[in-house]
Amino acid sequence: MVIAPPPVIEIRNLVTEFATRHGPFRAVDDVSFTLHRGKTLCLVGESGSGKSVTARSILQIVDPPGRIISGEVKLHRHHTARGASQGDNIVDLAALDPRSAAIRAIRGRDIAMIFQEPMSSLSPVHTIGDQIGEAIRLHESVSRKEARARAIELLRKVEIANPDKTVDRYPFEYSGGMRQRAMIAMALACSPGVLIADEPTTALDVTTQAEILALIRKLQDDDGMSVLFITHDMGVVAEIADEVAVMRFGKIVEQGDTLSIFEKPQHDYTKMLLGSVKQLDRPSERRLKRRAEKPLGDVLLKVSGLTKAFHIDRGAFFKKTDPLLAVNEVSLSLRAGENLGIVGESGSGKSTLGRCILRVYDTSAGTVDYTAKDGVTRNLAALSETQLRAARRELRMVFQDPMSSLNPRMTVAQIIGEPMLVNGLYQGRALTDRVGELLELVGLPKSAMERYPHAFSGGQRQRIGIARAIALDPRIIIADEATSALDVSIRTQVLDLLLDLQERLDLSFIFISHDIAVIRYFCDRIAVMYKGRIVESGPTEQVCTDPQHPYTQALLSAVPHPDPRMRGTRIRTRYRETS
Amino acid sequence: MTLDTRQHPSTDQASQWRLMWWAFRRHRLAVFGLFLVALLYFIAAFAEVLAPYDPDQSNARAINHPPQALHLIKATPDGGWTIQPHVIGMALKRDPITLATTFTADPARTVDITLFGKGTPVKMWGLFTIERRLLAAKVPGERFYLIGADRLGRDMLSRIIAGTRISMSIGLIGVLMSLVLGIFLGGVSGYFGGWIDASVQRIVEFKLAMPTIPIWLGLSAALPQDWPPTWRYFAITVILSLIGWTELARVVRGRFLALRTEDFVTAARLDGCSQLRIIFRHMLPSMVSHIIASVSLAIPMMIIAETSLSFLGLGLLPPTISWGVLLKEAQNVRSIAEAPWLFSPGVAVCVAVLALNFLGDGLRDAADPYAQEGR
Repeated sequence: MVIAPPPVIEIRNLVTEFATRHGPFRAVDDVSFTLHRGKTLCLVGESGSGKSVTARSILQIVDPPGRIISGEVKLHRHHTARGASQGDNIVDLAALDPRSAAIRAIRGRDIAMIFQEPMSSLSPVHTIGDQIGEAIRLHESVSRKEARARAIELLRKVEIANPDKTVDRYPFEYSGGMRQRAMIAMALACSPGVLIADEPTTALDVTTQAEILALIRKLQDDDGMSVLFITHDMGVVAEIADEVAVMRFGKIVEQGDTLSIFEKPQHDYTKMLLGSVKQLDRPSERRLKRRAEKPLGDVLLKVSGLTKAFHIDRGAFFKKTDPLLAVNEVSLSLRAGENLGIVGESGSGKSTLGRCILRVYDTSAGTVDYTAKDGVTRNLAALSETQLRAARRELRMVFQDPMSSLNPRMTVAQIIGEPMLVNGLYQGRALTDRVGELLELVGLPKSAMERYPHAFSGGQRQRIGIARAIALDPRIIIADEATSALDVSIRTQVLDLLLDLQERLDLSFIFISHDIAVIRYFCDRIAVMYKGRIVESGPTEQVCTDPQHPYTQALLSAVPHPDPRMRGTRIRTRYRETS
Repeated sequence: MTLDTRQHPSTDQASQWRLMWWAFRRHRLAVFGLFLVALLYFIAAFAEVLAPYDPDQSNARAINHPPQALHLIKATPDGGWTIQPHVIGMALKRDPITLATTFTADPARTVDITLFGKGTPVKMWGLFTIERRLLAAKVPGERFYLIGADRLGRDMLSRIIAGTRISMSIGLIGVLMSLVLGIFLGGVSGYFGGWIDASVQRIVEFKLAMPTIPIWLGLSAALPQDWPPTWRYFAITVILSLIGWTELARVVRGRFLALRTEDFVTAARLDGCSQLRIIFRHMLPSMVSHIIASVSLAIPMMIIAETSLSFLGLGLLPPTISWGVLLKEAQNVRSIAEAPWLFSPGVAVCVAVLALNFLGDGLRDAADPYAQEGR
């Protein structure tokens, strides 16, 4: 029998509330869990489940008007303060004043925290070295020189190359992954006993995410640190967790060790969450069946040699600069009834490509030949804004962010009705009827019409965006990261809705995403983009199972798998361009 | 699909104005500011009724008459008491050697005050004659000075109330003029960008680089002294707004730049909307609240500017009554020593400017009700 490691943080019946206009909102509702020494506890849940507020409650850094109502957060300082205290020393953090010296002494020293967005967590006007040095000097009396030496040591520990040089750089000179490493170095400055990581890899590319996860794991093994890891991604949980607590609507619905949660989930919500993760990452059966019944049609859209150069202004007086080739001689084609996936990491130019096809941006070179309903083929890249109107009725777009793509000041009826109104298709009563019809088509009640976008959840808003896209009877829909902002359980629902609409309305899709699992589920063919070029393309299954290009191999190897038994079985490769 | 039951459904159909009101109402000081501003504009609108006397009516027997406190309870001759608002009369005494005048309280003489009593007839808004005043002496012809009288024996309360109309409206009209200029130039600058943006911004910067007070002084000194008061009033508003539009132009441009990259604007373009429709249907509604907030912060600047100009004798001139004109009377040391109540228009300026600033701050915080979703 293995002796369980001692607990370092015990949370008992924690309740955190936010005062709102309609009375208190319980963000954290009677949460209890225990974090053990040297172990990783993953707090997993969808947006709004209260996982971040739970983590922030531990350190008493909940944003006002939120505050802890009741419960205990017991910190066993004899395990976390590293020799600073002797004997049994248990502190109830929930009872401390959020502004007291006592809690400030614990923040950063016993418990350190890293956040989702490393850029906004770092000060842009101080060097990385100064910021790490400050974290050390806040808790220990060391000289500036000593602090700098410690900072270099920490940067080396988090595997940043040339730490004695990079220590004097500013955050904007770091890449996203390096910034998160620097944040971790800062968190480790006083070798804390507990690290709270709030979605630390969500803003990062999948290859960088894999590296950061490996780093956290290694640091934990070296120092025996306990980690409270907050994430929405079951793949990450499988990769890193020893224990899992699943949260929903402020409550923990299920907790246990990773293997039993993944293999024998008890609660319906956990089952549903795992089900929707596992459903992805394999082709949709419905799509395969449909393709067998109805083969693909003729080529609708043919893009050849498309190039988009951005000229970055360096001030008003010096106009001469090197152009940035966001899209570099891209060629692809889309057939009627086909779903083409474009996958790539941030900055690969995939979104720019989608926007160039629709001429949101003007193109620099190349052609976009679209064969319209009337059978005439036109080069969209050469048309004027007025001539484009006809084509834009047949090519529509669904945006990534369901918040910013719907005008918050218009009702749902006005938003969906807008394209039909300005194109003179429907008016008055007929318009209202048509909007109701479209709402039912995307699975929303007709009563949604009079409401404003803020009344809807992310998934529902994306349905509204889809209704707007199909309002003009289009033939091609370009979906730019259409499911990225959605929770995983909603993601499959939206993808299935799109497949459903494809059958009913004869649509073709260009689906742009960074998420290979989603593309694999939804797309017939895939094109992998890297630095503005398409490095590999082909039928989805072929590319996913037998990638040819080294970049595709690296990308696929970095994707976390929602199966804890596969942990450590795969070899991660990193693609570095040779030029 | 299960819904999070903790969400309240009443916000679902709330338009932006309702959400703004909810956010605004949480700002106690701003609600108080709104109340004060509403009160000030009410006073400005009904100045004729609210002022006890004609502000220009002088009285040789009440030169620098001190303020009289308002008493509510009056003893009756039979030893009881009644509720009767009144002031204690003051007797004028002249020192036979120095000829200095002093006022001493004379409890034997009281002036009873009634609500909506008869006063001197006056033309309301220049349209019809009214006789009733909110506060009037019970016996027609008797005078009382709640906050004193000036060097010609004119009632300060009536003069401040009359000044409210000019001072509060000059702020409003001046800002409306700068608003037109600011929205037009800022909008053009923000929407079209490129060289148009660059040139408008350089003009704005040039304007901001010029010291404002000397320019005001120069421009208003150039106004012919024999212009009628109304002409002069409009000339001063134009001068004030010529300087004031720059801030508003920057706000509008900033909002345009921020909105131009929003996805819903791109979506409107892809929907086939014309440029005008994109601007007026999709972008302007998102800006209106911000513009209102900046306007309410710009009005106090205008009021201060008018007050300073008139105080220096270069803005409005008597017989026009504004707070600045009234304060000009309190320019010398003698008035501080002898009649400190001549400074009371300054209190009115402070109250108006603070109230508008509180209101503007509250509006600015509430202007984007979508900034913090959910909570």
